[in-house]
Amino acid sequence: MNKYLLSAADLTRDQAIEILDIAEGMADVNDREIKKLPTLRGKTVVNLFFEDSTRTRISFELAAKRLSADVINFSAKGSSVSKGESLKDTAQTLEAMGADAVVIRHSASGAANVLAHSGWINGAIVNAGDGTHEHPTQALLDAFTMRKRIHGDNSKGKALDGLKVAIVGDILHSRVARSNLLLLNTLGAEVHFVAPPTLLPSDASNFKAKLHYSLDETLLTEKPDVVMMLRVQAERMNASYFPSEREYARIWGFNADRLKALKPSAFLMHPGPMNRGLEIDAVSADSPQSTVLEQVANGVSVRMAVLYSLLSGERATDV
Amino acid sequence: MSSRTVLSSDDIDRAVTRIAHEILEANTALQKSGTHNLVILGIPTRGVLLAERIAKVIARNEPDTDLSQLLGRLDITMYRDDLASKPTRAVTETQIPSQGIDDKVVVLVDDVLFSGRTIRAALDALNDFGRPRAVKLAVLVDRGHRELPIRADFVGKNLPTSREERIRVQLTESDSENSVVIES
Amino acid sequence: MSNSYVLKNVTIGDGATTDIQVDGDKIVAIAAGLIAAEVIDCTGLVALPGCVDLHTHLREPGFEQSETVLTGTQSAAMGGFTAVHAMANTSPVADTAGVVEQVAALGREAGYADVYPIGAVTVGLAGKQMAELGAMANSKAKVRVFSDDGKCVHDPVLMRRALEYVKAFDGVVAQHAQEPRLTEGAQMNEGAVSAELGLTGWPAVAEESIIARDVLLAEHVGSRVHICHLSTAGSVEIVRWAKARGIHVTAEVTPHHLLLTDELVRSYDAVYKVNPPLRTQADVLALREALIDGTIDIIATDHAPHPIESKDCEWSAAAFGMLGLETAASIAQQVLIDSGKSSWGRLAEVLSINPAAIGRDTEQGQAIAVGSFANLALIDPKVTRKVVADSASKSKNSPYVGLELPGRVVHTIYRGHFTVRDAKLAESGRK
Repeated sequence: MNKYLLSAADLTRDQAIEILDIAEGMADVNDREIKKLPTLRGKTVVNLFFEDSTRTRISFELAAKRLSADVINFSAKGSSVSKGESLKDTAQTLEAMGADAVVIRHSASGAANVLAHSGWINGAIVNAGDGTHEHPTQALLDAFTMRKRIHGDNSKGKALDGLKVAIVGDILHSRVARSNLLLLNTLGAEVHFVAPPTLLPSDASNFKAKLHYSLDETLLTEKPDVVMMLRVQAERMNASYFPSEREYARIWGFNADRLKALKPSAFLMHPGPMNRGLEIDAVSADSPQSTVLEQVANGVSVRMAVLYSLLSGERATDV
Repeated sequence: MSSRTVLSSDDIDRAVTRIAHEILEANTALQKSGTHNLVILGIPTRGVLLAERIAKVIARNEPDTDLSQLLGRLDITMYRDDLASKPTRAVTETQIPSQGIDDKVVVLVDDVLFSGRTIRAALDALNDFGRPRAVKLAVLVDRGHRELPIRADFVGKNLPTSREERIRVQLTESDSENSVVIES
Repeated sequence: MSNSYVLKNVTIGDGATTDIQVDGDKIVAIAAGLIAAEVIDCTGLVALPGCVDLHTHLREPGFEQSETVLTGTQSAAMGGFTAVHAMANTSPVADTAGVVEQVAALGREAGYADVYPIGAVTVGLAGKQMAELGAMANSKAKVRVFSDDGKCVHDPVLMRRALEYVKAFDGVVAQHAQEPRLTEGAQMNEGAVSAELGLTGWPAVAEESIIARDVLLAEHVGSRVHICHLSTAGSVEIVRWAKARGIHVTAEVTPHHLLLTDELVRSYDAVYKVNPPLRTQADVLALREALIDGTIDIIATDHAPHPIESKDCEWSAAAFGMLGLETAASIAQQVLIDSGKSSWGRLAEVLSINPAAIGRDTEQGQAIAVGSFANLALIDPKVTRKVVADSASKSKNSPYVGLELPGRVVHTIYRGHFTVRDAKLAESGRK
């Protein structure tokens, strides 16, 4: 693996499996009494968050700290970015301070790519969500969660071949959906997107996924192994993407009836935070089929694996 | 490149058996009898295989031995001090016997003792799992060139080498034969 | 420099190789074996009437950190242009006689090309109230082209009135066709690539619906209308239909829409961010075909300089626009000549004769003939060159840097004066 994780497409099948395998080891550490490894001692990891996301930031922060890295949280609010400082100035400042890795979250699609290819920063770069583009560590933790649910302690070395995954909701604006699409395809799974037509791209021909409008029909005919519900962002509610929250919940939300329609081995995922009562109801969210809390726990292990992979290895061969 | 076999399959078997007996003797001197206070931890990759072999010999000689409490493995990848200069290593599993290592005599097992850095990392790793009563080291080959004040307690064979030579340990569990070869 | 010289062994367009004699600001003789005190060997060079750009952003007044009338016209000269039409989106906006006269005066002072200011259609480009089009037309700048470029005149009533009003002085409205509601927050062409990149899409229909409306309005009120920077295959179809119907519509295409596609956006390099956005390969092919068959009348550069900080940032924060003056002729050559599909005659039409006709520039776009103004671009079509970041423009946002393009402008002659000689910019303009 090289210095950057910008897109789930950056990972080959072998690299993705390697990260998931390393994450298995990290998960063991998280079960130990002393949840700390000295691996990244002396390294500095900067969480550069131009967009609020307490969950993702905490997950990365914990991951870096469990590897003994020094962590700096740089959030746009209350920093000079809100005073009009550019991405470039901020990046160069961090570089001058000696950041070994920058974890960037930004509302602009492609911000992590710009950071990586601008020459402003020499350190490793992890995309922690860029606009409506990608969120590769989320896809990795989702794949880790799927693998763990299916293979348990025998997960190592396994991919997700033949797994049928239905991703439901705002595909158009979802970085989680995009990264999952790429990684799931890399790992051999079959991806189905389910959404109202307004929340699918007008031209999805580059998406290696089957598209559906009806959630009920998809559950009935495709019998997915995994159903992943996406969060409905508040700003979509008043922009004519769908008539009302009630109608959305009725047609595309997950509920107790649809839970019954799942095959017994299937499980239900959500990247969080959930809008209970909108895209998912309480019964489903709290059911044994729900993996929501596992996803959170696995997030730390996977991000430890990503930071470890990016910050170790022979640097000379990358350039 | 020339290569020369320095330990044959039989030599390795003999060395393993001898080390197992030496461990038992040392342990008996410490705690009278039995193996319940002993833990053998192999360091991946071939140290794990050697640890298994040693543990089996011990179990044959001490029939009361609970192999699951005697044998474990200790991955030291995350404790190395050369992360940035070596290719990324996959992390493998660490298995510590369920009763833990507190107050036990832990014997670390590796195939080749060279700079001592691996053992230094292993000692750090052990630290995170508990406080052993004593830590000992068993290696199949000690080739010299130590960079740290570390010494093996049980050695299959002392093998003077030059720094440029490579020692290749092959064990049938992972390779096609049992042998130790010097390549130069 | 002497005001009388002979250009030796020039190939005029697709025609014969001959000599051209210039005296003062006019062509005085065209024949083989001409003699003068100064003879410039032009063997291997193709002569075209000096290029005319109907769509240039000179940025002055207001945005002098990006470009000035001087540097913009110097860049134009380097590209073989002898006239540019300066877009109205300056600060202050060119919506009064005062501003357009100032821009025209700055052009005369620079002396590198004729500068024809374009007047804003609405006050402050705000799309609410018609600017004083008559005052600008009757000013010393004699404005004939009006445009809110950068913004669409989207109010149908206002567009209708503007189309009607400019008939009084034979003007033309150049429409930037972009339905504003359909392009809110739009960042790139809406299609398969935008879906992957997660950038807000800019649907082709946002351009095509306005063009369809405006050609019908032009037909209804019997006016001519000019469509800026066509970028989609659908727009081509609508213009083709309108022309067949006899509607007085003219259309332009930019060099970048003839060459580049939205695949380049995958880099998130904002140098490829432009309005209208780079489209698909199918669109590029349709635009090339339309340029060759006459559906599209002209190539206009939409030369849009921006300072480094406007491009050296995340995509959505970056400014729209790219440089174009110094590469336009090369791209025209690639599309029309090197493709084997058209001729130098057509190239002269789309880069000089037609834009001058649309803009009613009587002293530009003239045939290379005795008595014409000596506005000439002499091109060496045989060389290829690698585009570099440094240019006569004050800005560096060229999307072609590193690309190999065919042909090079060797000399540019503006009213008899060499603004570019041996591919080097003249130290001073025409006085």
